[in-house]
Amino acid sequence: MSELTLVLIRLAFLAVLWFFVIAAVGVIRTDLFGSRTAPAGPGTGTKPAKPVAKPKSRKGEPRQLIVTGGPLQGTTINLTETPITIGRANDATLVVSDDYASSRHARLFPQDGQWIVEDLGSTNGTYLDRSKVTRPTPVPLGVPIRVGKTVIELRK
Amino acid sequence: MSEVAPAPVPMPAKRRMAQLVMLAFAVLITMGAYANVGLAMDGAIPSGMLTYGLSLGGLMLAAYLVLAKFAPWADPLILPLVTLVNGLGLVMIFRLSETDSDLPSATLASPNTQLLWTLIGIVLFSLTLIFLRDHRALQRLTYTAGAAGLFLLVSPLIPFLGQEINGARIWIGVPGVFSLQPAEFAKLALVVFFAGYLVAKRDVLALAGRRLLFIDLPRARDLGPVLITWGVSLGILVLQKDLGSSLLLFGTFIAMLYIATQRISWVIIGILLFLCGAVLAGMVFSHVQLRGAVYLDPGNPELYNAIGGSEQLMQGLFAMASGGVLGTGLGQGHPELIPLAFSDFIFAATGEELGLTGLMAILMIYALIVQRGLRASLAARDPFTKLLSAGLSFLLAWQIFIIVGGVTNLIPLTGLVTPFMSQGGSALLANWILIALLVRMTDAARRPPPQAIQNEGMTQVFQR
Repeated sequence: MSELTLVLIRLAFLAVLWFFVIAAVGVIRTDLFGSRTAPAGPGTGTKPAKPVAKPKSRKGEPRQLIVTGGPLQGTTINLTETPITIGRANDATLVVSDDYASSRHARLFPQDGQWIVEDLGSTNGTYLDRSKVTRPTPVPLGVPIRVGKTVIELRK
Repeated sequence: MSEVAPAPVPMPAKRRMAQLVMLAFAVLITMGAYANVGLAMDGAIPSGMLTYGLSLGGLMLAAYLVLAKFAPWADPLILPLVTLVNGLGLVMIFRLSETDSDLPSATLASPNTQLLWTLIGIVLFSLTLIFLRDHRALQRLTYTAGAAGLFLLVSPLIPFLGQEINGARIWIGVPGVFSLQPAEFAKLALVVFFAGYLVAKRDVLALAGRRLLFIDLPRARDLGPVLITWGVSLGILVLQKDLGSSLLLFGTFIAMLYIATQRISWVIIGILLFLCGAVLAGMVFSHVQLRGAVYLDPGNPELYNAIGGSEQLMQGLFAMASGGVLGTGLGQGHPELIPLAFSDFIFAATGEELGLTGLMAILMIYALIVQRGLRASLAARDPFTKLLSAGLSFLLAWQIFIIVGGVTNLIPLTGLVTPFMSQGGSALLANWILIALLVRMTDAARRPPPQAIQNEGMTQVFQR
């Protein structure tokens, strides 16, 4: 076995070893940055909302938030560019008095023409339709969001 | 808007395919290393390469199938990563046994025994996954695990059962037939105990106490568990002359205490207790004194020639120095010159042949294994799982730190095995069980939560 071949094998082996490490990191990359399609976290994509910005009347964009279930049933909130917080705290946009809701329970915010719901570490969780919201998730029109006993929907 | 599915909760992918590919990759790297050793030493691919590769590949495939069946949501990376370090260890042991020298490092290296131990390790890994369907069952065994751990620790001291090998009384078994180091298994049992105990007691350990300057001091009576662990660690040190296990146990307990209570004062208390213990032991015991002297001045010729002196450490440092950045290449160095190159010093032996580049890759692989465990701890949904996975990950990381730090003379050398690489059955078996527990917990952490039924008045479905 010539000296040169052995040197080449040695370098190739080290390269392959590192390639393995890099491939392994590639497998867990989604851990660190989330998958590509997932919406970025709050604040990264949303521009600071202009106070008097007119709501853009794009087609299919929700304009109202309606409470369809729970003690506050019938309440409507007009959607602007500002995020909406839901919880028992007094400074929440939608203050629910409900033993099953947390002080800062969930947040809705607009991003790229969609409204995103995000659970703020609530005790009992936020549900979009039937599934628990574990990360910021886009909210389609007319799909119920459940916070404690309160159910809200986005409408045109 | 319309393309958003009605149930958009992102399901964590199972990543089964990625796991299989990485596993095959790890086995191929091992076979490549094996071939490399043969080519460099005999000029031909070793005759056993195919059997060797196939048996390792078959073993890992079996482990993979068990994992896919019994822990389908488990982390996809842990098994391939462990396979690679285990494989590289097997290759290094094979490589040491191939040398023509009569040094004990070459003659005592037995790759076939180690392959057999790997087989048993995989069997235990599989059995753990098959029979432990829910690791939370271990929480009920908190005090049983503690008692079992203590018994395993002291069992080498029992006459007839225990044996003294190489100056450390840490073995049990029948002389000449088989021997095990029960301390390796005791570590696992004790981590289970610490996790269960701390879950029950962490509130009082975290909240009670007074604030003094910048740290929250715990109450004196809450110091009990720390003092008891400290005493046990010192006991191991005194009665069994096993520095490594002593440090490992105490460090793991302090780390878990910190994780459970988030109180920095426990770490400070732990470090102070450790320093007291180390100074006391250094004053009283000659073997601790010798280790300290070797650490401070390994190049001293008197120490070099002393029995149990710095020869081993210096040979390891020489080996790594001769390896340099890129190493001498597998099969082209002289790692057999290091005493115990196949067990305690396998890291230095690997360093000679793969160089700094290879060692860094291996350390990265270990780091990734630990990261997967800590990740499971973050994602876990109950405190016991959080503490147990963090504790086991820390145990692994701490073990690697102690031995690698010792071999590179960063900290005083204490005899511990390099997980999965060193020759020796007990450690390998215990570490495979540890990995099975981690895999079980990543499975629980990544498994999607049970879907709640929305209509009020209906029950929630629990998955056990």
